[in-house]
Amino acid sequence: MEKHIGMTPIVKMITRIICGPMLVFGAYIVLYGHITPGGGFPGGVMVALAYILITLAYGRVVVESKVSGIAASVVDDIGALIFWSVGMIGLFIGGNFLLNFLEKGEPFHLLSAGTLIINNIAITLKVGMCLYAIFLALAILQRVVIEKPKEEEE
Amino acid sequence: METIIILHIILVFMIIGSIITVEIKNMLSAVISVGAVGFALSLAFLFLEAPDIAITQVIVEVLALVILIRATINVDNVAIEKREHILSDRTALIFVGMILVFAWFAFRSLPPFGEPSMRVSQYYLTHGLREVGATNFVTSVILDYRGYDTLGEAIVLFTSISGSFAILRRLKKEQHKDFLRIDREH
Repeated sequence: MEKHIGMTPIVKMITRIICGPMLVFGAYIVLYGHITPGGGFPGGVMVALAYILITLAYGRVVVESKVSGIAASVVDDIGALIFWSVGMIGLFIGGNFLLNFLEKGEPFHLLSAGTLIINNIAITLKVGMCLYAIFLALAILQRVVIEKPKEEEE
Repeated sequence: METIIILHIILVFMIIGSIITVEIKNMLSAVISVGAVGFALSLAFLFLEAPDIAITQVIVEVLALVILIRATINVDNVAIEKREHILSDRTALIFVGMILVFAWFAFRSLPPFGEPSMRVSQYYLTHGLREVGATNFVTSVILDYRGYDTLGEAIVLFTSISGSFAILRRLKKEQHKDFLRIDREH
């Protein structure tokens, strides 16, 4: 019975190969967002797309055993809290909300530009898990739409 | 000059795609032509030398296409034909004409294409590297100079996910009730 959940074995195999590189590329886009084109939003959508690919290939049960909707919601909130607390720390240290209070560092180095890396990671958690949770919600909604005509036939 | 010609070709392609999207009767074909318009838009951003927006546009377009196809593939996907009232066409024409008149006045005051007025942007370009330390000025603008906007965007996402979960919870309860009813009947 479990064999028939999700798509064909070809899609499952390609998903298994491609998901790791997708997550790594998402992390690369986020971590180098202040040096090269990219940033928190595209990286977060990339992470969400990796999970959505697993959802499409393996079905909702498999992906919810790894990251459930409630866990996604909690990570989403943590991202928002990190962004807000960075702003509040700047307010207490320098007197301005969202102040860049860390050291600037040298240009073209990974650890430069102060708080931008933290903010990028926060936005990634926020956007990625938010879009993934919305997709889970839509998947559940679609199942209801499909099941209703069957009840009428009975 | 070559960039302008390529941009015009892409724009004509996007306009044709948009008209097909509105006019076509099959829902799935409409979704696919929306995707074509989105990818053409990301190409246009690449030719305008804005790789940040191009990356975001491509990835968001893929996500939107997945969600839209999944939402429309099992639904009754033929548009309902309706006879429209004669007044609706005239009202639409009047409003399009008004928009064109006001856009003519608004666009005359804009700087010409390719020659932006570098008042704020010049400040970012000259002081950005020293003040923020990031070599990608787009990131330094959206996270440092305009951090409030990004925080507002995060709040919008937070509100949207709260709304989705509220709807999801209600649907789950109804589904549960339906299952209970079926069990009782059998």
